[in-house]
Amino acid sequence: MVQIAADALGCQVKPGGLSGTPSHTAYHPRWYRERVSTYWWLWKWRYLKFVLRELSSVPVAYFVTLTLVQVHALSDGPQAYADFQRWMTHPVFLTLNAISFLFVLFHTVTWFNLAPRAIVVRLRGKRVPEFLIAGSNYAAWLVISAAVAWLILRS
Amino acid sequence: MAETIKLEVTRYAPERHQAPTSQSFEVPYRKDWVVLDALNYIKDNLDGSLSYRWSCRMGICGSCGMMVNGEPKLTCATFLSKYAPGPVRVEPLRYFPVVRDLIIEMTDFMAKLRSVKPWIIREEEKPLSEGEYLQTPEQLDTYKQFSMCINCMLCYAACPVYGLDPLFSGPAAIALAQRYNLDSRDQGAEERMGILSQHAGIWGCTFVGECTRVCPKHVDPAGAIQQYKLTAAKEWFKSLLMPWGAK
Amino acid sequence: MDISSHDVLIIGGGGAGLRAAIAVAEVNPRLNVAVISKVYPMRSHTVSAEGGAAAVIKTGDTLDDHAYDTISGGDWLCDQDAVEAFVQEAPEELLRLEHWGCPWSRDPDGHIAVRAFGGMKKERTWFAADKTGFHMLHTLFQTTLKYTAIARYDEWFVTKLLVDDNRVQGVVAIEIMSGKIQAITAKAVILCTGGCGRVFPFTTNANIKNGDGMALAYRAGAPLKDMEFVQYHPTGLPFTGILITEAARAEGGYMLNKDGYRYLQDYNLGTPQPKPVLRSMELGPRDRLCQAFVKEMEKGRTIKGPYGDVVHLDVRHLGEKLINTKLPFVRELCLKYQNIDPVKELIPVRPVVHYMMGGVSTNIHGATPLAGLYAAGEVACVSINGANRLGSNSLPELLVFGARAGRAAAEFASTQKESNGIILSQALDETKRVEAQFLEKTGGRERIATLREEMQKAMENGAGIYRTHSSLAEAAAKLRELQERFPSITLDDRSRTFNTELTAAVELGFMLDVGEAIVQSALHRTESRGAHQRTDYPKRDDEKFLAHTLIYRNADGSTHGDYLPVTITRWPPGERVYGQPAQAAQAKGG
Ligand SMILES: Cc1cc2nc3c(=O)[nH]c(=O)nc-3n(C[C@H](O)[C@H](O)[C@H](O)COP(=O)(O)OP(=O)(O)OC[C@H]3O[C@@H](n4cnc5c(N)ncnc54)[C@H](O)[C@@H]3O)c2cc1C
Ligand code: SF4
Ligand code: FES
Repeated sequence: MVQIAADALGCQVKPGGLSGTPSHTAYHPRWYRERVSTYWWLWKWRYLKFVLRELSSVPVAYFVTLTLVQVHALSDGPQAYADFQRWMTHPVFLTLNAISFLFVLFHTVTWFNLAPRAIVVRLRGKRVPEFLIAGSNYAAWLVISAAVAWLILRS
Repeated sequence: MAETIKLEVTRYAPERHQAPTSQSFEVPYRKDWVVLDALNYIKDNLDGSLSYRWSCRMGICGSCGMMVNGEPKLTCATFLSKYAPGPVRVEPLRYFPVVRDLIIEMTDFMAKLRSVKPWIIREEEKPLSEGEYLQTPEQLDTYKQFSMCINCMLCYAACPVYGLDPLFSGPAAIALAQRYNLDSRDQGAEERMGILSQHAGIWGCTFVGECTRVCPKHVDPAGAIQQYKLTAAKEWFKSLLMPWGAK
Repeated sequence: MDISSHDVLIIGGGGAGLRAAIAVAEVNPRLNVAVISKVYPMRSHTVSAEGGAAAVIKTGDTLDDHAYDTISGGDWLCDQDAVEAFVQEAPEELLRLEHWGCPWSRDPDGHIAVRAFGGMKKERTWFAADKTGFHMLHTLFQTTLKYTAIARYDEWFVTKLLVDDNRVQGVVAIEIMSGKIQAITAKAVILCTGGCGRVFPFTTNANIKNGDGMALAYRAGAPLKDMEFVQYHPTGLPFTGILITEAARAEGGYMLNKDGYRYLQDYNLGTPQPKPVLRSMELGPRDRLCQAFVKEMEKGRTIKGPYGDVVHLDVRHLGEKLINTKLPFVRELCLKYQNIDPVKELIPVRPVVHYMMGGVSTNIHGATPLAGLYAAGEVACVSINGANRLGSNSLPELLVFGARAGRAAAEFASTQKESNGIILSQALDETKRVEAQFLEKTGGRERIATLREEMQKAMENGAGIYRTHSSLAEAAAKLRELQERFPSITLDDRSRTFNTELTAAVELGFMLDVGEAIVQSALHRTESRGAHQRTDYPKRDDEKFLAHTLIYRNADGSTHGDYLPVTITRWPPGERVYGQPAQAAQAKGG
């Protein structure tokens, strides 16, 4: 019935619903879509900080490689290891290592600060406050670092 | 004349404009006026064609989100005095298609919301005659925070990942999925996991953390995503270690 | 013109509309049901209800107690069969919402917690912290997403009901995003469009509460019932209308006039004590507090603020600690939305319009006298609210009568044939009207905002807290004048894309009609009852007015009225418990 009348009036009948896919998109005039600028991460210190953390994966990878090279040198005998140690005193490596160290430090700190977000610990129904979770991470970090330092510096 | 403050408001009429432009208005400056009041003043007295959404003016309906001086804000909860002496820049929420002036298009979110199944899923319903599902205040507390979302879209406007990858489920949708996962009455976590553990689901998030900072209702969507990732990773390990394991 | 068709079409995505939609889908999953709403459903005004929802669940409370509180609070204008059905089904409906995931606040043992609420003599108000309406609405909305049978038209604005053959057969609506105007046909239509607080200048109601549904039904020939009963809340912030809850007074806040004097003592509301006393002074009934405000204003003892007269609510003496622990929400609202710190500053407050008891007349199943048209929620008048709604009764009302209307409409739709073609030409006419009157109109100088302001002022002055024959007659004349000026309004905005000025113009038209219905109904009820206070007829008159007002709109825009007797089942009219004697007894007791 509706269909017949609609035809007479030159209308179009659409059956059923709209949920999920809105039918108006096709009908609609132009929407304006702003392209995200390539430099969006420079807009804000917070964004920059985030990109820096993402970038810190490069220094981490670099340290891993360096450790592998070091192990390799060790297995190649005292001469090779002495060479390795000599390179490491070169200003280029010194600065590179210093910068990488800062990045890795940054990565660690941001990671620990993040931990309480992901780990919700409840004791007797109460949520353990964030600083305790982050704090315990830091404490563990300090203890392990101290232990390693003690092992190495002991001799 | 009383004190005034200048508003720079984005204007865009798709029929006439190639791209949005900005228009300045001089409005009265009052201590108890929020940015939305200034927009209403413009609409009532200066230019009736200015378009924006609002309804409750008490920070609960979620309609009035806009960028104010570059930050996503509920304009009904943002005082002009915060920006005195001005000017105040008012723009549509970032990363969404702009329909008109300050109006953005959000059907994308509505579809994403539905896709995470934000309702109680149970294998077996308890008949009403047997009363309520018991839930202690502590159990309520585990998901309460994530249930406070008013769908205002500020978190999406703060999320560069959403800007770069529109397929990303985004903060609010994931927080709401987590809201049901953590509800002691729900048994649908596994079903939702299938949807969210896809690349564009949770793994799209690289923890910028801005969503949590801008959220006017302290929902902490970033926290929800991180928790979800942890659960997903645990599930993955479990299935790796015990591929045949009991569910 | 595009047309779409459904079996059941629900106008409004608030609590009532969403509940109705689920009811339809559950009664008959083969029915094609759609919800049309001018805002995304989760933006609907149900979202802002704070207090709670009443339903009997605890031992020691009975359905009869709830019914009696409702009926006596409503000054015996409630239909008692409807109230009985309501109190009976309310617990089940709230439980159903619990099963759908509503985060109701709990007792330590995991059971639903209830609290006391003004007017309820037992503790029976369920709550979800201080955001009950918000949680109910979002739970309902998210639950509807589960039903694929429920289609949605989000941000579509209904301008007209299509009636032919004495049966409602669909609507004409504007898709706001694109400006497309089209017909949506349906075998049954349910109105769930909420209240009309915006007809008044000071209101807790959101910008979207313009009485659209009342006007739609009224124009289509259905009667409006009990429109003279408009509820005020004594303490709203001026300008924003944000509600400052009773709790602020219950904790010991003072109401002060411009001399810093606790003026309520002059109005037979007890003597001031440093500590709050139940049912006396600041804790007197809402309507009495509102009336005292008007009297103070007449005496020139209120404070002139930028938005008119106010009095002060003073909680400073309670101290920051108590305010933070007992009234955090009050402080947050003041700080966040009004830039006032109640710890250090006085809160300017005044009575604000809060709730509409009247609405589209329906029977106990949500059916209106017009075939195919149903109504539920604040837009409807069943009536369970009578002359005065009890706080926390309206949220459960949305569910109980939303579900009832949904079931009744589903049943009706199952028996109906497709709508006939005549309505399509009606729809084309309506499209042309909207275009000619607003979008393509030339000439005319009236601004929407000006007319709206004049209307609101006329309503406040003529049909506010106190009414008289002459004040109402004046308001009626003013509204007539505004109706005549309405055709010459002009829009700045001629765009088809998201034209919010267009919707505001149509809403203004709706509000003028609703305003007239209120004024005319009030004019003819020459008694005082509940929220309707006539200074020229200060007594309740059960002889003549134990009846509902019905008001109809004639084709020429004039009105005619009728009365419908109140249904009394078990509770013969008595003194309103909230009245003076109860007060005096309390005051004597200290
Ligand atoms: C501040 C405040 C606090 C309150 N607190 C409580 C409380 O504690 N307890 C209690 O019981 N009650 C309370 N109430 C009352 C209660 O919240 C309302 O009566 C109830 O929410 C109304 O719900 P509804 O579904 O009828 O309408 P609404 O929720 O208002 O929804 C109306 C719907 O209709 C749609 N609509 C309207 N016109 C059109 C149109 N022309 N075209 C298309 N769609 C349209 C809207 O988009 C919306 O979706 C409170 C009210 C207020 C204002
Ligand atoms: S998570 Fe917060 S910011 Fe995001 S939509 Fe919800 S309330 Fe808004
Ligand atoms: S207007 Fe409702 S959130 Fe701002």
